[in-house]
Amino acid sequence: MNQLAINIHDKFYLNSTDNTRKQVIKNLELTLKNNEFVCLVGPSGCGKTTLLNILAKLDTQFTGTIELQPKHIEPRVGYIFQNPRLLPWRTVRENIQLATGAKTDVLDFFLDSMGLADEKDSYPQHLSLGMSRRVSIIRAFATDPDLLLMDEPFVSLDPPTARLARQLLMDLWSKRPHKVLFVTHDLREAITLADRLIFLSTSPMSVISEVAATIPRKERHLEMKIEKFRQQLFIDYPQIAELL
Amino acid sequence: MNSITRPSILALLSISLFLALWYALAIYLDTLTLPTPLVVAKVLLDEIKNGQLPYHLSKTLYRLLISFGIAMLLGCAIGIALGRYKQLDYFFDNWLIIFLNIPALVTIILCYVWFGLVESAAILAVVINKLPNVIVTIREGTRALESELLDMAKCYRFSKTKTLRHVIWPQLHPFVMAATRSGLALIWKIVLVVEMLGRSNGMGYQLHLFFQLFDVASILAYTIAFVTLIQAIELLILKPLDSKAQRWRR
Repeated sequence: MNQLAINIHDKFYLNSTDNTRKQVIKNLELTLKNNEFVCLVGPSGCGKTTLLNILAKLDTQFTGTIELQPKHIEPRVGYIFQNPRLLPWRTVRENIQLATGAKTDVLDFFLDSMGLADEKDSYPQHLSLGMSRRVSIIRAFATDPDLLLMDEPFVSLDPPTARLARQLLMDLWSKRPHKVLFVTHDLREAITLADRLIFLSTSPMSVISEVAATIPRKERHLEMKIEKFRQQLFIDYPQIAELL
Repeated sequence: MNSITRPSILALLSISLFLALWYALAIYLDTLTLPTPLVVAKVLLDEIKNGQLPYHLSKTLYRLLISFGIAMLLGCAIGIALGRYKQLDYFFDNWLIIFLNIPALVTIILCYVWFGLVESAAILAVVINKLPNVIVTIREGTRALESELLDMAKCYRFSKTKTLRHVIWPQLHPFVMAATRSGLALIWKIVLVVEMLGRSNGMGYQLHLFFQLFDVASILAYTIAFVTLIQAIELLILKPLDSKAQRWRR
């Protein structure tokens, strides 16, 4: 059993034109338990993507610590970006293999379960956005990550496609559980997916409140349950309503 | 499509018209300084048969390829470095501007004066002329690299060589092709001047000789051979390379 302790005291951007600092994250403390699915909910532009970039070590300009406890090893990170970020000059199969080194049978299993078996030799520009998103999900899962970061991966998909992609995500995750940090501003989506919801303030970003999603996983496909949980949330935590 | 407007037919027609105009003008002027296409064709065949033209052409081609190869390799390396590291770019930008603006003739003369009338001096002169252009083109390409894809590569722990081969190189490819095309066009012109000034073989040397004899037919024959060769390089090497690298596009 291990956990990831995130502790970011200060993260700011320098405005190069007038040399002012804009603080984006302030005293953010967050602990991810083993195999926990956590949704980060907050208004757009509050610094969620910045947080994910810090966790993925793409951004190292901050004060604070990110620690995998108890052992001090580097977590293997899978990152599903907001845009699929596939290499347009490599086929679907090559894109996944380059990033993960996954064996062909593992790859075929993923492609089959995501409904992309016929597209393995296609180039990304020939795919629809929904398909490209699914490829980027496979790429992240095939790395067999310790920590999976997802940055609004289903935004701008039509509702049926988004529902399908969410279902596939949950299938994959229940087969190979690991820590997930899922960024969204869609509260219903968050309640459907998460073990725990974390609400974030506008910038400078910090944690406002944490709520455990108590609906049993089997009942999460019921819109009514989700809606009821959402209404209750607004009553119990009135400050959340202002954010969304 | 109408058969007369097909590109291949149009090309044939336009070349025929060019030859016809040339022929008519040569007959009308009736002067030694403008021979008819037939005379030029005969000289061309004779020169190929006696081995003179293939010998000098291959000498020039050899210099062209060596100096082109060196200029492209060095130019890509320096261009990528300048595109990626701002400080380096600020520092060397002035050097680049100086070298871009030195006239080709000056570099050639200086190379011969400093290093003697030798093969390496000739090649160095061509490389120095071409290098700044390659650097500038590749630097632009490197600046335009997508940081999103580079971040992706970093996040998924691509090695340096993997990043270069699968992320950076495909993005630079159009810039490299542009540098190649403009490079060939520039280099073959400079190579001739280099040969004219300080070599005892090659196209430039031959042309200089024909100029002194006022042998226009031979000058035109050599020109035709050279233009054909450059076109062949474009059609047989560059075009296929282009289409191979572009097949992922929609």
